[in-house]
Amino acid sequence: MELVVSTLLKIVFMLVLVIGLVPVVVWADRKGSAFIQDRTGPNRASVAGIRLGGLVHPIADVVKLLFKEDVRPANVHGALYALAPFIVFFVALLTYAVIPFGDYLEIGGKQIPLVVADLDVGILYILGIASLGTYGLVMAGWSSNNKYTFLGALRSSSQMISYEISMGLSLLGLLLVFQSLRLTEIVAGQGGLVWGFLPQWGVVIQPLGALLFITAVFAEANRTPFDLPEGESEIVSGYHLEYSSMKFALFFMAEYANLVIGAALITTLFFGGWNIPWLSRETITGNAGVLLPLFLGLKALVTGIVAVLFFRRAARERGKFGDGRDREPGLLGGVFAVICAASVASFALSPWRAGPEVASVFASLLQVGAFVGKVVFFCWLFVWVRWTLPRFRYDQLMGLGWKVMLPLALANLVITAVWTALI
Amino acid sequence: MRTNGKQHGYGGDMVFRERVYVGEILRGLWITIKHVLRNIFHMKDMPTVQYPEQKPVYSDRFRGRHRLMQRDDGSPRCVACMMCSTVCPADCIHITAAEHPDPSIEKYPERFDIDLLRCVYCGLCEEACPCDAIRMDTGIYEIVADSREKFFVNKEFLLNDDTHGTL
Repeated sequence: MELVVSTLLKIVFMLVLVIGLVPVVVWADRKGSAFIQDRTGPNRASVAGIRLGGLVHPIADVVKLLFKEDVRPANVHGALYALAPFIVFFVALLTYAVIPFGDYLEIGGKQIPLVVADLDVGILYILGIASLGTYGLVMAGWSSNNKYTFLGALRSSSQMISYEISMGLSLLGLLLVFQSLRLTEIVAGQGGLVWGFLPQWGVVIQPLGALLFITAVFAEANRTPFDLPEGESEIVSGYHLEYSSMKFALFFMAEYANLVIGAALITTLFFGGWNIPWLSRETITGNAGVLLPLFLGLKALVTGIVAVLFFRRAARERGKFGDGRDREPGLLGGVFAVICAASVASFALSPWRAGPEVASVFASLLQVGAFVGKVVFFCWLFVWVRWTLPRFRYDQLMGLGWKVMLPLALANLVITAVWTALI
Repeated sequence: MRTNGKQHGYGGDMVFRERVYVGEILRGLWITIKHVLRNIFHMKDMPTVQYPEQKPVYSDRFRGRHRLMQRDDGSPRCVACMMCSTVCPADCIHITAAEHPDPSIEKYPERFDIDLLRCVYCGLCEEACPCDAIRMDTGIYEIVADSREKFFVNKEFLLNDDTHGTL
């Protein structure tokens, strides 16, 4: 019973993290691209005047897509056409099951591992599921009865097959180092220090493997500079051209869910997962009497400064718009002020005398926070790279995949194998 | 373009440092993040005009919607000489001339219609006008209506209307 409840709670947490990050990343994509190109980006949609810098726009988008007509073109292959978006979205969500988002949570003397399914073939599962995603794209492209979608599907399948090879090979080096396919063990193995000062992350031990893996993940997630399956300039929008309404939205959300999962994979495999560098679990629980008040104080300070900034803005821009939008800075300032006050008030519980149980939960939450923070950073990296680099031409893409990345991945594997055999 | 005789597209005209990509990608990322940070911390310096609240400021020479000038008694200054409708490249000015009651003035426009949807705002009409009767100096650029007929404006509108925006 406890197992069922805790597993369900973990699934809910993971789903909320992923599905919740999707609109945020869409927003970051739009706002980030705007700032990179010296524009202001979305700032119009509002709920009762609350705009959150355009964060309300994804909600408006979803509402729009939900109420749109689901156009079904003539002569599509019925069942496959209807099934494809569901497969793509389903597969995009599956991978989260094996990603550890924390070490363990200790409640009432019980240790709950913070991973939905701790498979002993975790990496193989991820690679297998990732290649399943291609089926959805191919089905969508083929069943739509459209040359552009067909070309997009062809491109996506050949691209994914090409880059899966270097992706798998770049991971083999990591497996040789950590001697395990289990993701929890790989993350735990990244907890130590190299030469006493560098965090023992995959990127430190396997820098070339990390670079190849990140590149391959970009290709697998169909992100720029490898987003040829939907190259607007040549094939309109690729495999999902003939889809509309919520079916299109499923493709769109799956694309961003894949992005989040790519970020989670990079974090887990090469950037220490939930590990906080130089702060092991023992260090945190041992020094909870210092760290917990420090954390609360920092939180109070940061939220307090943000609240003051918002209040100053509210005073400065009083009556600027003459409608509900004038309330926004004050309201946001109020929210931050409440968080700040709560942080200050929690000092009444004298956190410097926190018991071992509180310290353990604090350590777990801090680690989950580290994982989420790293995932958010890599999501931003995806956005950042997208608006920095132009798209590869198709032959360049294949040339890079087969003639550069594959030999490099093989060389990395051989060198790592020799190295681990010698030590 | 220098290609070194190598196969085009595989970086034949790039030096080794550029063909490795990584350094150049990092350089590009540095450029874009500089833009992001500058725009976050100096939001006010962004050139975007928040349109309905803010309006762009155009120069005095901007050719906006036309207007007809009046004499002191309020009648149109136009003498229906047809110069503007002749020179108009879009053929959007339609004038019906009539005899003026004052013998010192030969003609006046009985009708003076402009099809604003056809107009290309070239300004040749005000150049051609011999008596400075038609001008495009209103500065009105928001010309909005909910039917095509409303864009077909007549003499009274052009003489008197100073509504900004909707017709």
